[in-house]
Amino acid sequence: MPSIDGPAVVAVARAGDPFSPDAPAPLAQAPYPTAAAATGQMSSAERRLVLGNIWVAVAAFGVAAVMAVMQALSRANINVPNHTPRMYYMSITAHGVLMALVFTTFFIMGWGYAIIHREVGRIRWIGLSTAAFWVAVIGTVTAAIPILTFKASVLYTFYPPLQAHPAFYIGLTLVVVASWVFAWNAVASWWALRRSDRTRPVSLAMHATTANAMLWLLCTLGVAAEMLFQLIPWSLGLMPTIDPLLARTLFWFTGHPLVYFWILPAYTVWYSVLPRESGGYLFSEPLGRMVFAYFLVISTPVGLHHQFQDPGIPASWKLFQTFLTMAISFPSLVTAFTICASLEVAGRLRGGKGLFGWIRALPWGNPVVSCVLCAMLLFLVGGFGGAVNAAYALNSVVHNTAWIHGHFHTTVGSAAALTYMGAMYWLVPRMTGRELSFRASLARWQPWLWFAGMILFAIPSHITGLMGLPRRVFTTDYGGAAQAARWQGLTSMSAVGGIVLFVSAMFFVGVIAHTLLMGRRREGAPLVWADSLGMPEGGFRSTIWDRLGLWWAIALVLVVIGYAIPLLDILHLTRYGSPGFKPF
Amino acid sequence: MKVDLYERIWMYGVVVMLAAFFASTAIAAARGGIHPPSHVETIDPRKAIGDPRFQPQGVSLDQNGHVHARVIGLTFAWMPAEMTLPSGTPVTFHVTSIDVQHGFEIAGTNGQAQIIPGYISQFTTQFDEGEYLIVCNEYCGAGHHIMAAKLHVVPPARWTRPSVTTVRQSDAGGEHAEH
Repeated sequence: MPSIDGPAVVAVARAGDPFSPDAPAPLAQAPYPTAAAATGQMSSAERRLVLGNIWVAVAAFGVAAVMAVMQALSRANINVPNHTPRMYYMSITAHGVLMALVFTTFFIMGWGYAIIHREVGRIRWIGLSTAAFWVAVIGTVTAAIPILTFKASVLYTFYPPLQAHPAFYIGLTLVVVASWVFAWNAVASWWALRRSDRTRPVSLAMHATTANAMLWLLCTLGVAAEMLFQLIPWSLGLMPTIDPLLARTLFWFTGHPLVYFWILPAYTVWYSVLPRESGGYLFSEPLGRMVFAYFLVISTPVGLHHQFQDPGIPASWKLFQTFLTMAISFPSLVTAFTICASLEVAGRLRGGKGLFGWIRALPWGNPVVSCVLCAMLLFLVGGFGGAVNAAYALNSVVHNTAWIHGHFHTTVGSAAALTYMGAMYWLVPRMTGRELSFRASLARWQPWLWFAGMILFAIPSHITGLMGLPRRVFTTDYGGAAQAARWQGLTSMSAVGGIVLFVSAMFFVGVIAHTLLMGRRREGAPLVWADSLGMPEGGFRSTIWDRLGLWWAIALVLVVIGYAIPLLDILHLTRYGSPGFKPF
Repeated sequence: MKVDLYERIWMYGVVVMLAAFFASTAIAAARGGIHPPSHVETIDPRKAIGDPRFQPQGVSLDQNGHVHARVIGLTFAWMPAEMTLPSGTPVTFHVTSIDVQHGFEIAGTNGQAQIIPGYISQFTTQFDEGEYLIVCNEYCGAGHHIMAAKLHVVPPARWTRPSVTTVRQSDAGGEHAEH
């Protein structure tokens, strides 16, 4: 049983935080280096930047959810309006781009800017950052127009030689370039805090945000090269042919670390928000610092595990990256222990007794808490499935089957997305000074509907995947083939899950939009992170894990080791190249 | 760094588990020769249909008695659309595409490979008797969901042996790229 061996609990309730009814009595606050103005109010430009990002994220999520429900029905061979293959593949492209690229990136930027403001007391380069926000919005619209007019049904993986309208590639590139401004902002803010006091670490939330920004700046080099040197000139007709294998390799150079770019902000919520919100304290903060530094180091040279089935890449490099992929489960499994221990502390402080009584004692009715707890439970499914995907030989059974979308809906679609929803329930009232709307009904039910819908959707997807059902197909009956008949019942179950998820998604959009526009006014509140157990007198000292610049350099070396030879090998082959095709 | 005892035990356990996962993969690869399809060979996608490496299309036997299946993918069909193979016999598949990327997948088995124009995918596997659906598992356009072929697997005694062709450079070994 974890024991509470930190400084004595200060028996004074923290005043002025009406949004966290379950917050425990504060421990001594860790004396992180923060600028003098750290408790200051946000300027209106800063508030607009944070909330603007949140608005775009929620809008993209809402549109993508509408696309999704149609796809789930289509795969169950149920007729919906405008039920044509062209419409289906357009909508699946829109769903993927809006959910995986737009919703996530904008939320991460809004959340990150809020953290930066919390730590530094202001958001630096506010003019540049605001301009970058608008560039990202323009990029999103530029990519959305060709998608919605059927000129870019290439899915969010946009593998050549399927060729989209150039505006699709240019728009997405603008979003990535704009996100670099956010990432550099985080790195510069972190550096200023570090310079002010090297003996003490920055807050865990800032540490995590910075590690994520650094990994993003490193890993997006792949997709940037693919866009600038391959896809954009080729789609504009400046280059007659393209090498699809090189493009895939550059895509997955970014594509797998992208999942850590999604999950690290969720982990930030688990470490820095969840323990306090559920009535307890963070169990082992120093390990949290190790976790984020570890992600920064090895999240990039693992992309080849998406290319196990590819020709043209020798098995030896695939095996090497399998090793790194296994190694990167380590920080997630450490997180699992730390967060469960933190929750046990919370449950026992709330009077939970016995081996499992503390679980029941958690504040399950608080939507922030239930969002995150449901996200973590679904991540159990996704995490183990991910170990199968990464298992080199087992991958031959699941690659590109329905298993894969079952997998990533329980990871990015639950562990990340559902945590983001909880984070927005937490952040938006504090930022706007408005109470969360419908807390008693819609907001309370929303995470549970997501959980139930996701189980109904994802478990049958995993099973049909093992039976061989491919992902991303308009219908699943294959002209009445006997093998296809066996997965029909399960695709219907997935369709029911899709409808439940859609209801949950609309609840979320309704709650956040209503809160932003019409939530009952009261005073805003500062962002208060969970207090840590086991903090020594005077606060934590800086350790090797706080030296993110060092870990960034090591990450770069590992990337070179993991990718230089496979990429050079591809370039040395006699390659023929492909012209563009638009069969959609 | 002070780490709680239970947490330390957990971390050691995690390391042991992950090491076991990787060791089982590495041993299966090294001792059992189990690799994902990783053949390294290129081909001009515009001339693949006439390329001798894809002749004869479909099932053939080489002079060592090894069974080969040569398949070309295009939007939205596999050529040939129907094949018959002997059960319990290793078969080496050679697959390429003449247009976009496809995914060659024999549903319900471990026989699959990503098909990339300009490259030749190759893998060896064997089947139990039965009827199999071959699908395309990589999105390839508006007809992706109708791209399919049939595979009949019959006992070797009932299998009609195809004509014998000579062993080619790329067929040698018949296993995986690493050989």
